[in-house]
Amino acid sequence: MSDTSNANSFSIDGQRIPFTPGQTILQAALAAGVYIPHLCHHPDLKPHGSCKLCTVIVNGRNGSACTQKAMPGIEVENNTPTLNDRRRVLLQMLFVEGNHFCPGCEKSGNCQLQALAYDLEMVSPHFRHAYPVRPIDTTHPDVWLDLNRCIMCELCVRASRDIDGKNVFMLAGRGAESHIVVNSPSGRLGDSALSIDDAAAHVCPVGAILVKRVGYAVPIGERQFDEQPISRQVDYLARRHIAIVPAAETEER
Amino acid sequence: MNAPMNPRKLRVTTTSLSGCFGCHMSFLDIDERLLELAALVEFDRSPITDIKHCSQHCDLALVEGGVCNAENVHVLRELRANSKILVAFGACAVNGGLPAQRNHLDVGKCLSQVYRTPDGSATAIPDDPELPLLLDKVYPVNEVVRVDYFLPGCPPSADTIWKFLTDLLTGRTPRIEHPLLKFD
Ligand code: SF4
Ligand code: SF4
Ligand code: FES
Repeated sequence: MSDTSNANSFSIDGQRIPFTPGQTILQAALAAGVYIPHLCHHPDLKPHGSCKLCTVIVNGRNGSACTQKAMPGIEVENNTPTLNDRRRVLLQMLFVEGNHFCPGCEKSGNCQLQALAYDLEMVSPHFRHAYPVRPIDTTHPDVWLDLNRCIMCELCVRASRDIDGKNVFMLAGRGAESHIVVNSPSGRLGDSALSIDDAAAHVCPVGAILVKRVGYAVPIGERQFDEQPISRQVDYLARRHIAIVPAAETEER
Repeated sequence: MNAPMNPRKLRVTTTSLSGCFGCHMSFLDIDERLLELAALVEFDRSPITDIKHCSQHCDLALVEGGVCNAENVHVLRELRANSKILVAFGACAVNGGLPAQRNHLDVGKCLSQVYRTPDGSATAIPDDPELPLLLDKVYPVNEVVRVDYFLPGCPPSADTIWKFLTDLLTGRTPRIEHPLLKFD
């Protein structure tokens, strides 16, 4: 290996990964076709580092692949039984702290939380269910908000702030009381500035923010993660863009 | 199926607690493989046999449905006490499923809402002693008894059930992965 290739590469589970300076470990991995589980990362948005699904071991220390910069020569452990066991526990905690009833959820098959659980063979939520009481907001004409399924990844917060320039969503409260709130005089989505062509209306990785009237247009069994498990869809994860409905299409409704 | 030579048939008990019998239907959906299974297992207490109580020493219990009332608790405890291996069979057994969507409601209010008279002046909540009392919430099976294996799916597909059973009957640790692992 020449000096130049060393200067611009690092390793994940022994595999050499090239990177361009400034890339995070996760960005470089995905660009190289290597899968690292992640939930609060989205290629169109700044990293957030909150879900910890992407935790890897960098030169012997834990770190979030989505926030830590790739550096020449670092050695990253990713796909190991220990890390995957921990990731499964994180998923189980996410499942029991919300209300996730996949058979009745429009997002099933397109949901990243579910896809990760399938991929890591999470067969049960293991922990005692919290069955929290959380509100559903159906006041918006085109979008509904079901906080029962919210995992507080703040992708909607970031999309609304950084892409739409609207600040429709915000995380409020602390610890177990944390929850997403809507920026409007009444606190309801219908009175907010959110419109269906906003990135924030489409970015939610789970079934918490859903567009109305498209529920089962794509049938169960033909959805994003039905054919191939999420770990084999690196290309999609690296390059997907938030689907933004053209304004013209919205006006026609 | 490469089953080991087994002179004794395994005793299998099944039940549907607070389920819709969909998981049992899916079980029957293994079709002609039922004959292969029948050579290896014998059904004890089950909706299939209509036996009302399970005998001691069952090898395998498949429990469909979550735990929503006092009778469910008794049945579940009976199966657990008499079975070597107990399986949470299907989405409702695993996390309470759709019946658990009542968990954010108060049972008392729920009943009075459903059974009140049309003008709302009185309620006629059934109180026949034969009727089991509802629990405050619908519980997943593993929050009431110890569970050995989980088989998610609403219902788990026939192929998923078959994979699970054949793994178990041939002495392997059951492994359900893509594309058989589904929560819906
Ligand atoms: S958001 Fe995902 S995990 Fe939650 S119920 Fe919907 S499909 Fe299942
Ligand atoms: S609503 Fe969706 S995007 Fe927003 S924080 Fe919750 S899970 Fe994330
Ligand atoms: S993807 Fe890195 S912490 Fe969520």
